[in-house]
Amino acid sequence: MKILVCIKQVPQKDAPLKLNDSATWIRDDVSWEVNEPDAYALEEALRQKEKHGGEVIVLTAGPARAQQVLREALAKGATGAIHLEDEKFVHLDSANTARAIAASIEGENFDLIVTGLQSDDYGAAQTGVLLAEILGIPHATIIIGIEKTDTGLHLKRELEAGHYQYIDLPTPAVLTIQSGINKLRYATLIGIKQAKTKPVRKVAWAEVEGRLSKNLQQIERLYIPHKQKQTRLIDGPPAEAAKKLVEYLRNDARVI
Amino acid sequence: MAFKFKGVDFIGFDRLLSDDERLSRDTARQFIEDNLIPIIEECNREGRFPRELVPQMGQLGFFGANLHGYGCAGMSNVEYGLVMQEFERGDSGVRSFVSVQSALVMYPIYTFGSAEQKDEWLPKLATGEKLGCFGLTEPDFGSNPGGMRTRAEKSGDEYILNGEKMWITSGTIADVAVIWAKVKEDGEETGDGLVRGFLVETGRPGFTAFDVHGKWSLRASVTSGLSLQDVRIPAKNLLPGTGGLKSPLMCLNQARYGISWGAIGAAMSCYDTALQYSLLRKQFRDEPIAGHQLVQEKLTWMISEITKAQLLALQVGRLKDEGRVGHEHISMAKRNNVWMALECARLARDILGGNGITDDYPVMRHMMNLESVKTYEGTHDIHTLIIGQSLTGIPAY
Repeated sequence: MKILVCIKQVPQKDAPLKLNDSATWIRDDVSWEVNEPDAYALEEALRQKEKHGGEVIVLTAGPARAQQVLREALAKGATGAIHLEDEKFVHLDSANTARAIAASIEGENFDLIVTGLQSDDYGAAQTGVLLAEILGIPHATIIIGIEKTDTGLHLKRELEAGHYQYIDLPTPAVLTIQSGINKLRYATLIGIKQAKTKPVRKVAWAEVEGRLSKNLQQIERLYIPHKQKQTRLIDGPPAEAAKKLVEYLRNDARVI
Repeated sequence: MAFKFKGVDFIGFDRLLSDDERLSRDTARQFIEDNLIPIIEECNREGRFPRELVPQMGQLGFFGANLHGYGCAGMSNVEYGLVMQEFERGDSGVRSFVSVQSALVMYPIYTFGSAEQKDEWLPKLATGEKLGCFGLTEPDFGSNPGGMRTRAEKSGDEYILNGEKMWITSGTIADVAVIWAKVKEDGEETGDGLVRGFLVETGRPGFTAFDVHGKWSLRASVTSGLSLQDVRIPAKNLLPGTGGLKSPLMCLNQARYGISWGAIGAAMSCYDTALQYSLLRKQFRDEPIAGHQLVQEKLTWMISEITKAQLLALQVGRLKDEGRVGHEHISMAKRNNVWMALECARLARDILGGNGITDDYPVMRHMMNLESVKTYEGTHDIHTLIIGQSLTGIPAY
């Protein structure tokens, strides 16, 4: 199988975030890491390659710093990488990101495209789905199990409330992968050395710009939530007060 | 109860590192976080070396990581140093084990060994299938290894070894020991003989190893004494490239270099623990002790020294990668960084108050470990004299 894994570089989970000057996104001087669900997508792709052979190409869109996540993926065993390298890719909405990815992989004929079900920063959970739409191939989301069959793929999806769904898809297809479905491997030190020798294809902004539209989604303003503390005293006999409290927690605070 | 390590980087040190350097560090950090941190306090309490981690360490390439070929990763010295930092952030004893396997066993075989010795030992040592130890120090000769009493005597196509070695990391779990002994050349009647290295398989008759008990330091690694009574080894077990005390000292330089990074890891662990603790612990007016001037002074001292130590280790590493490092540079890095780490551990212990003495937190363990690290591989004072000699040209030992 020829598998494409789309991974994103996101701020480290416990990195202290600061707003940028225009308060439209965060400042760039944080530590970065691979988006967690994407790491599981990569792991799943590497396991499929080990079972069935083929290649695993990783793709990311972002400035030079995003190369880090490609290097890490190559060190773990990916066979090649595609880097859509420009700061401008960071500010695309999901639809345009999908368009850019689709444009950059024309003629590559992947059997399978996997990516995390959402990103830890924007969290839109749209890029994979939209990519499938643009490529005109089927997709399935929240995948927790992949089995290759003679006709395509047998998949397990996670639904709500502990329910699962089993479906079959023909290939090529796009799958968005749930976190935690496998155990992530470490990059070996030898793998880190070998990563240097693996091919990384760079795609410039100009090569895909013509395929993009205006961002339909735009961040107007980001702000740190204002901390406030309110105390409300509930009067009355305990039984009544408890009732009121439950009512409040359910209807106003909406925490139960 | 201990806090999750958050990393320490005050001046954007990471930006001085390449992608590969960061990735190597992060791989080691994750490995230690996932596999060592959950068990280290129990290992330390029980005096148990976590041998179960050895196969995975080998698979990830942590043994002999800066050697080339023979299944080794071929890392730069800076990458190797960063890996040592992460291991010692976990525990000095476990880092010591890796240092010995890499710098004191694989390095001498790699540097002084015959092609046959390299082919036989290096791939198995790299995977961790075989473990090694390094026998230089003796019960009566620590800082002055040149006084060693261990002797090798040529007898036909064999050498016969006799002597005692002490404070040998991994002695009782090793498959092979790199033993340093004085040997007289054929026909040499007078004199002490030349220090040379020998590969001694630990199963040979006359070779015994026993564990040092009652240690209050490096409890998660094995420390042993070795006894060699008429141990016969084939003449081909001589490491042919060795000749004189310079040979073991070259090995120690490798190990000392790794220690200079490792100590930063221990200091980072103590600092990070103290910082997080001070932000949570409330005292007087129900405010965190991090708001106290004397606590801030301690934290400031720690982060300043850690930052200086990082820069020192990095520059020594860069020099080593360029082939321009002097042993006095490595001495400075080892001496300074272990000292600062031990001071950090003591300050961190102060900040943690009574909680600092329990193994709910890693601080006291690091402190006790660092007492050994300050002493082994050239004591703090010996490194003072090495630097003094390089400055003045006058040996003052």
